[in-house]
Amino acid sequence: MDLNLNAEELAFRDELRVWLEANVPKDWSQWREKPLDESFPYLRAWQRRLYEGGWAAVSWPKEYGGRSATLMQQAIFWGEMARVEAPPMANALGLGLIGPTIIAHGSDAQKKRFIPKILSAEEIWCQGFSEPNAGSDLAALQTEARLDGGHYVVNGQKVWTSYGWVGDWCELVVRTDPTVPKHKGLTVLLVDMKSPGVEVRPLRQMTGESEFNELFFRDVRVPMENVLGKVNDGWNVAMSTLMHERGAYGARLILTFKRNINRLIELARLVPRNGRPAAQDPVLRQKLAQCFAEVEIMRLNQLRAFSRITVTGAPGPEGSIQKLFWSELNQRLQQLAQELLGPYGQLLAGDTYAVDNGIWSYGYLRSRGNTIEAGTSEVQRNIIGHFVLGLPRSY
Amino acid sequence: MEFGLNESQGILQESAREFFAGECPISEVRRMSATDTAFDPNLWGKLAKQGYTGITFAEEFGGVGLGIVELILLMEEAGRALLPGPFFSTVALAGSLLSFIASTEQKRRYLAPICRGEARATAAVVEASGSWDPAETQMTVVDGKVKGEKLFVSDAGVADWIIVLARTGVYLVDARAGGVRIAPMNGMDVTRKLYSVRFDSAAAEKLGDTFGIPNALDVATAALCAEMVGGMQRTLELTVEYAKTRKQFGKPIGMFQAVQHHCADMYLETESARSAVYYAAWALEQNAPDAASAVSIAKLYTSEASRTVGNRGIQVHGGMGFTWENDLHLYYRRAKASETAFGDATFHRERLARLVIDVEAASARKS
Repeated sequence: MDLNLNAEELAFRDELRVWLEANVPKDWSQWREKPLDESFPYLRAWQRRLYEGGWAAVSWPKEYGGRSATLMQQAIFWGEMARVEAPPMANALGLGLIGPTIIAHGSDAQKKRFIPKILSAEEIWCQGFSEPNAGSDLAALQTEARLDGGHYVVNGQKVWTSYGWVGDWCELVVRTDPTVPKHKGLTVLLVDMKSPGVEVRPLRQMTGESEFNELFFRDVRVPMENVLGKVNDGWNVAMSTLMHERGAYGARLILTFKRNINRLIELARLVPRNGRPAAQDPVLRQKLAQCFAEVEIMRLNQLRAFSRITVTGAPGPEGSIQKLFWSELNQRLQQLAQELLGPYGQLLAGDTYAVDNGIWSYGYLRSRGNTIEAGTSEVQRNIIGHFVLGLPRSY
Repeated sequence: MEFGLNESQGILQESAREFFAGECPISEVRRMSATDTAFDPNLWGKLAKQGYTGITFAEEFGGVGLGIVELILLMEEAGRALLPGPFFSTVALAGSLLSFIASTEQKRRYLAPICRGEARATAAVVEASGSWDPAETQMTVVDGKVKGEKLFVSDAGVADWIIVLARTGVYLVDARAGGVRIAPMNGMDVTRKLYSVRFDSAAAEKLGDTFGIPNALDVATAALCAEMVGGMQRTLELTVEYAKTRKQFGKPIGMFQAVQHHCADMYLETESARSAVYYAAWALEQNAPDAASAVSIAKLYTSEASRTVGNRGIQVHGGMGFTWENDLHLYYRRAKASETAFGDATFHRERLARLVIDVEAASARKS
């Protein structure tokens, strides 16, 4: 056990610090609260800059434009990005989930074709997984692909697609063999979103915004060379994407959580409660301290998981603990913000009296999605029960 | 940066697990716990022979000279086995106070016999107020004589020395000296006996001033948390095993999601507590600026998690979990005693609030 940075990690951090100092945009705070469609070109330009500096995907192998960074270096990377309050990257799913899946399962031609443009944000990626009748039971999905000459012809519908509105390409899971058990007849296709027959509709969520889309596919033709991995092995390919989503991807959230709890502590010093600052209210102090502790434990769990993955080689089911922990913690954190702000907590962005331009009312509503997206808390508990503890499958 | 165990730490963990499995099976735990003191001199001798009673003390005092992380790993295994008797009181509590506060000459005099397994000790912290905050201590020592009463003193019945926290400093009292009256307090935990200790002008040797108390108590608190994590781990193992074998409606109950989800939460809570405790140990060893807050984070989380893990474990065991025959309640009882010892979750949330919410700490947090 040694939580000090070793020489290599220190060198990595110092090189990154120097680069960030010279390159991180100074005007991000003016863009942060704007809708994503307005700020998207800005985020694209920022990712392009990281790409040119060699920082867009530090975890990827060197031959694909990454730095072959260890998990600890990745943790350092996200820590430094947070410290300077750097903007996020435009192609979040391409870099975090889909790129690594292509690197793991793709052909040489696919890697050559897709990887550089994921890195440079020239091509934005989205993920076509969930369907109206296939959420937690993802393997029950019905979008079908029939072989016709050298092409698959795709028909069906996907929901909860982030970045669908701006996506150039989609990692799409389809059913290629309806005659075999559900997990065994799936295939992953890489689909050009400009193909005829693809329709993207906004999906308005309870926050009022349309972060997600519905995708409709009507006789969309996808060339066979765009099969990712093997035909009918799509479940394994899709799982490797989900492991990234539940595992290492969570590391990026720690920064947001740290910033949020620190901001709540700041607000507690300013907000009056019973004639004194809320920070001196014994009940709120207890809740703030509890939340502060849990955010720290989230960080420590992640570091321990990283150390374990370094030994075992790949993100495993223990990523489900992280997903379960952060999603439920964020709901508690957002509820605490509401208790702290009292009637001001409900005010939306744009209201004259809104605190922090309404991020807390938004965060409160948005956090309800946390325990649903990327596998519900119930599914995560099933995974821990079965895959980690070895209890018999319940379904 | 590496947040796992290195090779020698892994070996220590494994050999401790084997040692306790062989020397302290649950049948022995029950036998010892049924005695007045839960102390077995034979087992104590074996602990000393292993080097466990001197694990963190410097070699010049007869110890093994290992670090706080190693102490935490050993305490975790002791907790998993539910080791009864004065090991925590002697090594983690009294030992830490002696290490941080006593003079070199005193360390030689008191730590060396502890390392050899010839002496046992404990510390008297709490008074009538029930508070674990050393700042609330009322007891004073005048002209080398101590007067007054301390409560919830663990293992005083088998201690040779009692370290006494007073307003005027930290003192050592011979437990068999005149003017010392030790009486059992009937606590819930059958494995670690509690006592009231009344001092009527008993002779007290000064070890040092109060300056070193918080640091020494932080090490003891982290060690207790590690013991609690070991108990949580064993409760989880017993519960998962039961859920796999107990059948209802023709199926193992572990197949039902309502049961599985209890187990999943137990796992999450146990692992999270372990992360917090390991980090606290490392921070203490490194004298990190956030060591005190790391200890409070570990204690506030572990205090509540060890209780909820016990709650869930008993629930999954159904009627069996409610019997005296089943071992779960032995862990459950100790979890409750440990929850309040050295401050419960409410106590440590307030301490953490002072460290991270009240103004001074704001700059330390940025690093």
